[in-house]
Amino acid sequence: MATEEILKVEGLKKYFEVSNGFLRKKSIVKAVDDVSLTVKRGETLGIVGESGCGKSTTGRLLMRLLDATEGTVHFEGENIMEWSRSELKKRRRDFQMIFQDPFASLNPRMKVEEIIEEPLLTIGMEKKERKERVSQLLQDVGIPESYKGRFPHEFSGGQRQRIGIARALALKPKLIIADEPVAALDVSIQAQIINLLMDLQKEYGFTYLFIAHDLSVVQYISDRVGVMYLGQMMELAESDELYEHPLHPYTQALLSAIPVPDIHAKKEKITLTGEVPSPDNPPSGCRFHTRCPIATERCKQEVPEFREIKNGHYVACHEV
Amino acid sequence: MSDLWYQLKKNKIAMSGLFMTIILIILAITAPWIAPYDPYEMAPDARFAEPSLAHFLGTDQFGRDILSRIIYGSRISLQVGIISVGLSFVLGTLIGVVAAYYGKWVDAALSRLTDVMFSFPDILLALVIMAILGPSLTNLMIAVGIVYTPIFARIARGSVLSIKNSLFIEAARSMGVSNLKIMWKHILPNSMAPLIVQVTLSFAFAILAEAALSFLGLGVSPDTPSWGIMLSEGKSWMESAWWIAVFPGIAITLAVFSFNVMGDGLRDALDPRLKNESS
Repeated sequence: MATEEILKVEGLKKYFEVSNGFLRKKSIVKAVDDVSLTVKRGETLGIVGESGCGKSTTGRLLMRLLDATEGTVHFEGENIMEWSRSELKKRRRDFQMIFQDPFASLNPRMKVEEIIEEPLLTIGMEKKERKERVSQLLQDVGIPESYKGRFPHEFSGGQRQRIGIARALALKPKLIIADEPVAALDVSIQAQIINLLMDLQKEYGFTYLFIAHDLSVVQYISDRVGVMYLGQMMELAESDELYEHPLHPYTQALLSAIPVPDIHAKKEKITLTGEVPSPDNPPSGCRFHTRCPIATERCKQEVPEFREIKNGHYVACHEV
Repeated sequence: MSDLWYQLKKNKIAMSGLFMTIILIILAITAPWIAPYDPYEMAPDARFAEPSLAHFLGTDQFGRDILSRIIYGSRISLQVGIISVGLSFVLGTLIGVVAAYYGKWVDAALSRLTDVMFSFPDILLALVIMAILGPSLTNLMIAVGIVYTPIFARIARGSVLSIKNSLFIEAARSMGVSNLKIMWKHILPNSMAPLIVQVTLSFAFAILAEAALSFLGLGVSPDTPSWGIMLSEGKSWMESAWWIAVFPGIAITLAVFSFNVMGDGLRDALDPRLKNESS
């Protein structure tokens, strides 16, 4: 694996202003609060977290579908936050996105062929070349070419996601941000799609940023995994390292919740109490202290630094 | 296209609407050959003639043949319907799509403009526009077109707002598709259904608006065979000669009805999600 960094994110923040009604004070939701990470070329970085922890927002910020409040994102050494609109349009082909819901991400009035062709049109590809590329892409994702004249509603969820993947691959991007690509699919289909993504990576050498809430899915596909909680990165490590030696109490709790397919397995399950606090009024100090089994006074006051404990193993916790 | 036809064919009511619309169009085109009398010719000795073999639908207060006038009237009604509704459809959709897609101050400005137009009663606004432009058939069509523009703008805006944040629009943006192309290829086709229904409804309103304005002396001249004028004039003789008003009324009703059911069928046929369901 090459160690060159394709994406470097530093201090990324996204605050949304939320109005609570007429004449009331506006509150600020800190959807993403100071996230830093790097993605190496050719690897798969998984990001996991509960709903509302800011992982999808992070994906959209990296795609510049949303503008960040603060922070920098360097893609191959260039700060994408500084790209002008026309420059962004030109560079879009290098990073593409796979969306969560394949039922909503495809235009219901366009044929499969037109859907996959669309990104090719943005770079002004000739018609003949376009047709060939579409055939190749359909073959790559395992959709029979004879289906290219059909509409999205004629396909199953898994097939639709394959079409979404073909569209994301069309421009041969370097980085693919997959925002919960299997969350809306049946479990039996999930594995197929994940295997497809891995096969495609082997063949074309993409870099993935894989966002999911399912730890077992992420473990399977990722080289490294980052765990997010309430807009902040809690722990980041090599996949095996994280699953075998989780350091952060939140990661430990998440991992203990994965069911083990063995009736004799004795496993202690750590149950977290309480709800995820609202991101418009996050707890002081360590954001996790309200639900943390080992929280101390210090956790309530000081924000723990996101620091490297072992080689490549980062964690934000005072107690580690 | 053949697909659309196939879908439409399954819908019996829509087909009957289409059939009547085609008859209306044929009537309008072939009027000079099929009308039994000259629609302008007065016959003092045949005034208020009841429907008979000589005059199938009777004659009016000047002895003019009602059937001939209805056949010629289809020309005016179709012309006014197509041109004024076409004008308001294009103008309104443009305003609505741009307002909803760009949002913020663009939306505020365009929406307030349509709100102001909405606040006037339809006929009053048409009267004002006609007063400014002067009475003629062309100006009448422009006036009716402008009056119904806000309806299309509002429907288009609502329709676009409901799909503007769809994932597939975001996907298109993430691929670097230009705003213009997103509006044309993604937003317009997906917000068409309510607009098509509105076209058929407006067609009916346009025919009625033409009648009202012509009656007030602002549209076509009173001797022109227009269904609206015939209806308005005929209502003075409702008790003694019912046929003068009733037959143009039936003509208007049939035309409006056929456009409505055709539009309904078209809406269903245009929606690919309904494709494999029997109707």
